Amino acid sequence: MLRNAWLIPLLPAVSFFLIVMFGKRLPRRGSEIGILAIGASFVMSCVAAVQWIDRVEGAEEGGGGPLHALGRAVAAIGEGQGEPAPHAVVEPVTRSVTWWQNGNVEFSAGISIDGLAVMMLVVVTLVSLLVHVFSTSYLHGDRRYTHYFAFLSLFTASMLNLVVAPNTLQLLVGWELVGLCSFVLIGHWWEDKPNSDAAVKAFLTTRTGDVGLVIAIIILFSAAGTFDMQAINLAALDGEVGHGTLLAASVCLLIGIMGKSGQFPLHTWLPDAMAGPTPVSALIHAATMVVAGVYLGARLFPVLFEGFSIERGGVNPMALTGGITVIIGAALAFVQRDIKKVLAYSTISQIGYMVMGLGVGAWTAAVFHLFTHAFFKALLFLGAGSVSHSGSHHSFDMKSGMGGLRRPMPVTFWTFMIGSAALAGLPPLAGFWSKDEILATAGETGYEAFLLVGLIGALMTAAYMTRCVYLTFFGDFRGHGEPHESPLPITVPLVVLGGLAVVAGFVNATLFDIEKFREWVEPTVAFPELDHPQFDAFGALLAVAVAVAGISIAFAYWFQGRSHGLTQRSELARRGYLFLENKYYLDHLYTDLIVGSIKGGVARASYWVNQHAIDGAINGVGRMSARAGRFAYDIVDQGVVDGAINGIAAGTGESGGRLRAIQSGRVQRYALMLFAAVGFLSLALLIFA
Amino acid sequence: MVLNQFLILAAFLFCTGVYGVLARRNGVLVLMSVELMLNAVNINLIAFSAFGREVSGQVFALFVITIAAAEVGVGLAIVLLIYRNLHSSDLGEVDQLRG
Repeated sequence: MLRNAWLIPLLPAVSFFLIVMFGKRLPRRGSEIGILAIGASFVMSCVAAVQWIDRVEGAEEGGGGPLHALGRAVAAIGEGQGEPAPHAVVEPVTRSVTWWQNGNVEFSAGISIDGLAVMMLVVVTLVSLLVHVFSTSYLHGDRRYTHYFAFLSLFTASMLNLVVAPNTLQLLVGWELVGLCSFVLIGHWWEDKPNSDAAVKAFLTTRTGDVGLVIAIIILFSAAGTFDMQAINLAALDGEVGHGTLLAASVCLLIGIMGKSGQFPLHTWLPDAMAGPTPVSALIHAATMVVAGVYLGARLFPVLFEGFSIERGGVNPMALTGGITVIIGAALAFVQRDIKKVLAYSTISQIGYMVMGLGVGAWTAAVFHLFTHAFFKALLFLGAGSVSHSGSHHSFDMKSGMGGLRRPMPVTFWTFMIGSAALAGLPPLAGFWSKDEILATAGETGYEAFLLVGLIGALMTAAYMTRCVYLTFFGDFRGHGEPHESPLPITVPLVVLGGLAVVAGFVNATLFDIEKFREWVEPTVAFPELDHPQFDAFGALLAVAVAVAGISIAFAYWFQGRSHGLTQRSELARRGYLFLENKYYLDHLYTDLIVGSIKGGVARASYWVNQHAIDGAINGVGRMSARAGRFAYDIVDQGVVDGAINGIAAGTGESGGRLRAIQSGRVQRYALMLFAAVGFLSLALLIFA
Repeated sequence: MVLNQFLILAAFLFCTGVYGVLARRNGVLVLMSVELMLNAVNINLIAFSAFGREVSGQVFALFVITIAAAEVGVGLAIVLLIYRNLHSSDLGEVDQLRG
């Protein structure tokens, strides 16, 4: 299966064409082809994963089937044995055909399967399969149902192609196709202007980043002389390529990652992309679109590693981008009314963790976070979709359309709770293990500042998810109509993802000395030596404490009215009113007590300082700069700059006036000039040659 | 038969074509002059091909004939549209792009 992994992206691609051509005539309007193709791809990905694990374990211990490997894993859990054996070298499985040849350069297409690719294959096909199933119910009766499923297939196929690509060109093809499909799907309901605007915005913003990627590919090609990524990585590690070149390539790669993965400052398209159907958001955020940037970073990690000198510690552009994004994304999530926008900003923040993880050299942790994040973020998005589908009647506004949904929608509620807890990083759920690993590595590789950023981010994450859960599921129902639980095609994917969000973290639970994820996924060829910190009990406790603190703060703030209401449970009708009043009282308290005291003493003191000390200095500086400014204006600006500009303008105008006579608009006059020019040039050729 | 005879004929045809393209006012006649130029080139190609014992020139000539057919199709459509809009096929009147 590893050698035939090209079938995995091919099947959804074929399915795209089949749905476009025959979908409308089929009884279920094309969705069955899509589900069948993705299902087959998923099964093949799982087989590939088992074979890859077998290959890795076989290389380490010499033979033994997948069952042996599983047995050993179980035994390892039981005994809790210490240091795992040093890595044997496991070459990726590659296969390619020549696409075309141009001079000495060969352009090939093919597959390169290693642990990272296999992991992505499984995640992408699984999430995509669940999204397909979810969509059959969510988009039931939609105008462009067939068209929607066709593009879901193409979306998945493009991402799978990106994942298996052995060279940068094939990766770029997948990268651009992913962008195109997200454009089509975000603008699925393009009849409304905001939706098509959002689609265009997403397309153009990611395209800005793509320019960076294209330049990076060109730089790497001219430096390493090949498009093959493994060769590029080797060249970067061997020092064949100069550091300046690698730095330039890394910066361009980072710009590409910024655009695709919604990193600051190119993150603005992601929240707007919520205009698309909810399952598409789940797919974009969990598996196919935004993680492409992180995948690229992981794939070409040696280039970034050498280019940004990640080993050195301190600060580097990549870690900085991730760190800023973690905080900015989380802060924005607090002020959203739209549940999907909360999740969108949360994705921005979580992808920030991954980029930061790559930036601090925590490769395994970042990729592991990608893996776990895919499950719980898909779960949260599908949960939000379920809420709007059956609970709030197509509204995503938490304040006017939701509230109190935990009773009518128990399955959605419990799975959403699991997803939120996993996102907040509560043990033993998936998010805890991966986030903790990023933080632990940041602390050990000399990036203490980013450890702090990560902890602050964890605090905020826990708090805004508590707010989101509160507004959606607790309190009184504020929408209209009768909320009820969603049908099976919606709840089954929720339960599957909920289960995975619970168990996925144990693949690399450093606490129990399980590092299977690292063994299976981390490349052993063309890869720098990285630190892998052991489980740090203090750090983990700190992270959990921070998360709990975040939840408690949000709990105290948002559930305040609820505890009040509990004492008067019999008067259900008054509860909402009391809650509102209570909250108003809290606001009053904050405004009067805290803001008031600041206004009183501190404000007066700072006013004095302001008037006497600062203003004096400012005025002095102001007078000086006014004088300098006048000089600059009179002599430099009016005389030199304006003179030059006016001269250029007058010259342009004059020559334009003369040249406009040539632009007669008559074809034959142009033809005359053409023939005259040809004749003149031929004459010149005769004379000089 | 010498090569020069063909080349002189072709040059004469070509110059006639150039004159037509530059001086004629009727769009259809301009197109016909373009055809004259193309066929002058064809004569050159075939003459060189025949005297140089090289078949590729004739293949080129076949291509040129095909392209010329396509070109005249497009050109006539343009002249037709100009006529429909301006009620004349005089190219001198088509100067809306004057700067």
